[in-house]
Amino acid sequence: MTTTVAPAAVDADKDDALKGAPRDWLPLLLVPALAVLAYPLVGNPSTWVTLTIAALAMGMMIFVIASGLTLVFGLMDVLNFGHGAFIAVGAYVAMTVLGTLQGWTQAPSLALNLAALGLATLAAMTATGALGWAFERVIVRPVYGRHLEQILVTTGGLIVAEQLIHVIWGGDQKPMPLPTALRGAITLGDINIEKFRLLAVLVGLVVFGVIALVLQRTKIGLLIRAGVENREMVEALGYRVRRLFVGVFVVGSALAGLGGTLWALYRETLTAAIGGDVIVLVFIVIIIGGLGSVGGCFIGSILVAMMANYTGYVAPKVALASNILLMVAILMWRPQGLYPVAKR
Amino acid sequence: MPDALLTLAGVHTHIGQYHILQGVDFGVPRGGVTVLLGRNGAGKTTTMRTIMGLNPPSRGQITFDGATISGLTPHAIARSGVAYVPEQMGVFADLTVAENMTLAALAGPPDTARLEWIFSFFPALKKFWRSPAGVLSGGQKQMLAIARAVIEPRALLLIDEPTKGIAPAIIDNMIGAFEELKQQATTILLVEQNFHFASSLGDTVAVMDDGRIVHAGSMAALATDTTLQSRLLGLSLDAHG
Ligand SMILES: Nc1ncnc2c1ncn2[C@@H]1O[C@H](COP(=O)(O)OP(=O)(O)OP(=O)(O)O)[C@@H](O)[C@H]1O
Ligand SMILES: [Mg+2]
Repeated sequence: MTTTVAPAAVDADKDDALKGAPRDWLPLLLVPALAVLAYPLVGNPSTWVTLTIAALAMGMMIFVIASGLTLVFGLMDVLNFGHGAFIAVGAYVAMTVLGTLQGWTQAPSLALNLAALGLATLAAMTATGALGWAFERVIVRPVYGRHLEQILVTTGGLIVAEQLIHVIWGGDQKPMPLPTALRGAITLGDINIEKFRLLAVLVGLVVFGVIALVLQRTKIGLLIRAGVENREMVEALGYRVRRLFVGVFVVGSALAGLGGTLWALYRETLTAAIGGDVIVLVFIVIIIGGLGSVGGCFIGSILVAMMANYTGYVAPKVALASNILLMVAILMWRPQGLYPVAKR
Repeated sequence: MPDALLTLAGVHTHIGQYHILQGVDFGVPRGGVTVLLGRNGAGKTTTMRTIMGLNPPSRGQITFDGATISGLTPHAIARSGVAYVPEQMGVFADLTVAENMTLAALAGPPDTARLEWIFSFFPALKKFWRSPAGVLSGGQKQMLAIARAVIEPRALLLIDEPTKGIAPAIIDNMIGAFEELKQQATTILLVEQNFHFASSLGDTVAVMDDGRIVHAGSMAALATDTTLQSRLLGLSLDAHG
């Protein structure tokens, strides 16, 4: 269903009507600005290109994980500290599926490799989507509107999930090998681009595109955007925001499962604590982006990943600190994040 | 109350630990305009929100068209035929005017003829159709909030202070729109401080103070009785007219 209503009479004088608000491009410029700024610090052009592409790949993975979380907060003010559980469970489920499909992952055929990855991802997303549904019912629903309890209870859920992973898969570090055709790098001159990073960028862009399309072009998307702004009014117009929220929660959990799968493949290893490593960056991203803003989340993910990769090379000791610094700087510029969501 | 579309009986509402509505009783006759008056903080907005299910009553009963609606969720109350224009307007700033209207139309895409009828009172909405509602002025947002509530015929309109900060010319357009809605058998419950507006539209009136109804009767009687006006509402309201 499209959201554009075009009565003939309205279209007739479209020309003297204002067409859309001036878009706010400033935050977008931060991405090239940061890249340019990093160039002299990194020094070497081919290293700079490699780092920038690594940052884009990492940024896309963070975005995939963070997009659902920011909408979950925007719609119902729910602080879900258990989101990391979906990252880990997704990665483990994918690992299990890939393990049983070794014939496909080790075959020298890109098609078979991708088919195995596709199946593993599907399984991971189904499992984390279902887990998200149960998590929302059992853990989140009883504490709607109570932030302190949400933090405690969802953190508890995260701990329980990590322990369950220990029970099911064991506590040791697991290998997460890349399928044959995705290993290694493409070399262009003296620039090396790891194949998997290209795939991660592609997946992230597709996820962003689909989310943007749903938010801008469907009635469900319209309701989500309106609900993030003013949940009460959406209800007073006759819609069940809670049902919408469950849907967003489930999709967000499934995306975290997808992100966790990519993240584990990127590092080629995983433990039950895999979610914890990335979730700190995820929270920085949704604060930088503006709580509830998917566009802000997208740009925030790229900025945070760039910061992590450039400083990881230039001054590895301050990599995380640099991102906290980035967050502080952005919040000093825009206290509500890059793209603040209008709240009533 | 003979043939009331909406009835509140002994309605109490708490917000947190505050006891705001303390036994509200009144009826809104079918097909007319009932004006809810009262000084600032009397509980008018809370009454509207309680009817809408946004601040559910802790005690008492609300019936609408023969059915009990107290205890229902806001979306169920809306679907049963109640439209609400909140005091803060509740316009979605990030959505375009068109998108705001699309959400308000529950039966499908907004009806073109109905839209033209709305534009005849509020031409600004047509001009800014594709613009985000956030760029509208305060008065234009109020027009949009009202337009959303009337995009499809509803049995009952709850409208909280529509004239706040609105230019006189637009107030006259609003009166025109509400007059026509009345003829279309829409019942209206209106919170209003502008006595000119209230008395030119209102059929019946209920006056609140401290979370209770302190007077209910016909608008005609109140409009002509300045002693009653000054007793119930403090200042003489003629000044506005
Ligand atoms: N969320 C809330 N928390 C605590 N008290 C509230 C809340 N909302 C309203 N009140 C109190 O309830 C009383 C009634 O408020 P309400 O907004 O219903 O009054 P009103 O008649 O609409 O006033 P006005 O003419 O100023 O709009 C006031 O004393 C107000 O302070
Ligand atoms: Mg009020």
